[in-house]
Amino acid sequence: MSFIELATNISVITIGLSILIIFFRLLVGPSIEDRIVALDLLSANAIAFIAVYAIQNKTTTFLDVGVILAILAFLGTVAFAFYLERGTRR
Amino acid sequence: MFSVILSTASRYLLPLLLIFSFFLLLRGHNEPGGGFVGGLVAAAAYALYFIANGVDEAEKLLKAEPIRLISVGLFLAVISTIPSILIGKNFMTGVWLDTNFPLIGKIGTPLVFDVGVYLLVLGIALKIIFSLAEEDR
Repeated sequence: MSFIELATNISVITIGLSILIIFFRLLVGPSIEDRIVALDLLSANAIAFIAVYAIQNKTTTFLDVGVILAILAFLGTVAFAFYLERGTRR
Repeated sequence: MFSVILSTASRYLLPLLLIFSFFLLLRGHNEPGGGFVGGLVAAAAYALYFIANGVDEAEKLLKAEPIRLISVGLFLAVISTIPSILIGKNFMTGVWLDTNFPLIGKIGTPLVFDVGVYLLVLGIALKIIFSLAEEDR
């Protein structure tokens, strides 16, 4: 097993664990802001997972999926903030 | 809600995202991508601009009614089926020109169809986003 394979395997395990922890925060999170931050972090982890997967399989096509996911995650967080701020003002 | 940072960032992100959506559209025939996901990325770019600057600015920037985009997209998709009939092949067979254009590659009816799908998806997504935004104004 080469070094890069070892590194990607360890990354997969670590990212999987962190997704589990973030999912716990998503379920428990007392306030809605905690849940939104957890969702944002979840998509960041998904992007990291896609990057590791692209390294493992030696393809570059999946990286575009990561770019699109980054755009949509940013847009989702901004939209959540937009509607949260509007909701509290009323 | 108006944020100077988000408004400035969206002004620079919009052309970048539109270029990326166009890249996805043109690459789509042989590799992952295509009209659908390109249209979605373009709609995400306009949605970001709408959140930062308000729905009026976004509609002014678009310059065309979303419903018109939908109709033009459907029209292009229908148009792209005609050359296959004229040439005597099966309906909706891809017809390609032999010349290679720089940057775009070969031009054929699948490209026209993909552009139609792109405009259709962009129009429908923007129509939904703008109607939801105007709903609670």
